[in-house]
Amino acid sequence: MDRVIELGPQFLEATIETIVLVAVGVTVGGLLGLIVGTGLYVTRKGGLLSNGVVNLLLNIVVNVFRPIPFILLAVGLQPFVRQVFGVGIGNVAAAVVIVFAAAFGIARIVEQNLVSVPPGVLEAARAMGASRTRVIFTVLLPEAFGPLILGYTFAFVAIVDMTAIVGTIGAGGLGNLALQYGYRQFNPWVTWSAILIVIVIVQLGQFAGNAGARKVLRR
Amino acid sequence: MALIELRDVAKTYPPRRRGGDPVLAVDGVTLDVNEGEILGVVGYSGAGKSTLARLINALEPVTRGTVTVAGQELTRLSEGELQKVRRGIGMIFQQFNLFHSRTVWGNIAYPLKVAGVPTSQHQARISELLHFVGLADKAHNYPEQLSGGQKQRVGIARALAASPKILLADEATSALDPETTQDVVDLLRRVNRELGVTIVVITHEMEVVKNLAHRVVVMENGTVVESGSTFDVFAEPGHQVTRRFVRTVVDDVPSESVVAELRRRHPGRLVTVAFREGSVSQAEVFGELISRGVGFQLVYGGIEEVQGRTFGNLTIELTGDRVDEALRALSERVAVREVI
Repeated sequence: MDRVIELGPQFLEATIETIVLVAVGVTVGGLLGLIVGTGLYVTRKGGLLSNGVVNLLLNIVVNVFRPIPFILLAVGLQPFVRQVFGVGIGNVAAAVVIVFAAAFGIARIVEQNLVSVPPGVLEAARAMGASRTRVIFTVLLPEAFGPLILGYTFAFVAIVDMTAIVGTIGAGGLGNLALQYGYRQFNPWVTWSAILIVIVIVQLGQFAGNAGARKVLRR
Repeated sequence: MALIELRDVAKTYPPRRRGGDPVLAVDGVTLDVNEGEILGVVGYSGAGKSTLARLINALEPVTRGTVTVAGQELTRLSEGELQKVRRGIGMIFQQFNLFHSRTVWGNIAYPLKVAGVPTSQHQARISELLHFVGLADKAHNYPEQLSGGQKQRVGIARALAASPKILLADEATSALDPETTQDVVDLLRRVNRELGVTIVVITHEMEVVKNLAHRVVVMENGTVVESGSTFDVFAEPGHQVTRRFVRTVVDDVPSESVVAELRRRHPGRLVTVAFREGSVSQAEVFGELISRGVGFQLVYGGIEEVQGRTFGNLTIELTGDRVDEALRALSERVAVREVI
């Protein structure tokens, strides 16, 4: 227990690192996922921008990267990350792999949520003379906004999970703290203190997501 | 020149399954919709009538033939030009298709934004439309707070927002109960009369056609099997499909099972006489029978009113010695069919 207090500054730093990694993952990964997921949906057969070739390519890319266990993706992407970002380990590399994994995971979530929008509503907008891209931005995405918030909340929890693993490639965060100062030094107090903070972060995120979705869905 | 002209229009969809046959939804339809009229398009599901509506606003491109709306041939237009044409054609749907992320106000504002109407004019236009459909107090409600009939009123207000000359109603009353259907039918009639909007009503409900349409087109398997004024189609349905549809609201000719029952109770000669307003009156027909001493009894039938004119079929049991003579005399003046 004394050790937990002694590690106070480390806890603070690790918490901030985790929050920043999660924030980057949710926003940047979320944006990329929104683009890819919307692309998957609108290029489907009968979709607003129906295009078999693009749809097939997007599906292949998503299906290749999404099933890779995150820890293997994190280490596997290292050469690529080093090439592009100049550094293969640490928080920057961790952010890159989290964004990468989150984008593909979120893409599927987005696609599934967009399917729930009744096609007739899109048809109604088209019948009013709206262009296809206008329908995507002013009807499709707003109509799916409520479910999308819940989908992103789900993705947020998965991203918190990812941040606990990137200690493997030299990044910080609460996961790394728990493993390094808790697990390896046989101090369950430290491990569980880190876990507790993670739980609080997840709870806050989940609460905010639920509240947001409730507001948008008006129920 | 008609407002909407379809010439030998066909629409084929790719096969549903690999190796299957292409689906021929509309197969060589030629028809005109005149400015200011209400045209009813009737048919069973799968007859191609909803596809036909989507060819008129080019949501679906034709496979063959030409569609001309207000003098513009749609097949020659680019997507951008088609968008302008669509702004002049409102559409309402069976499932209403309102935007759930927007209020009633927001729903009606959407087509105004699409049409580029300045925001400063939205207020006046939207409140005018809300008053027209009788929902002025619901402007800030969301669609899920409205009843089915109210949703369709919003759908109508939204479809009329950009002042279209044409309104396509695709099974617009099929999800509503009979009373609400009548309200929506009345509203559509006002849209036609007061705003001069030409309406194409796609439906399988003959009650709606009977109360609303000036002219009727009956479709089966992608083709038009019968067309004519609503009165003529109801009074003398020619095609078998039309007869089945008309019978759903006008049941004045006994069916086979009814005939068997009538025969058991009525041993005399049974004939069905068709009456049309403006033609031979009932008084004349019955006078003819009485003058020959033929006994008669009404055993089945009905008189209907369509477009302000009455018609009907009456099945009569005739008894007496001079029945043959009386029938010969009647046949020269009015349509008489022996019930077999």
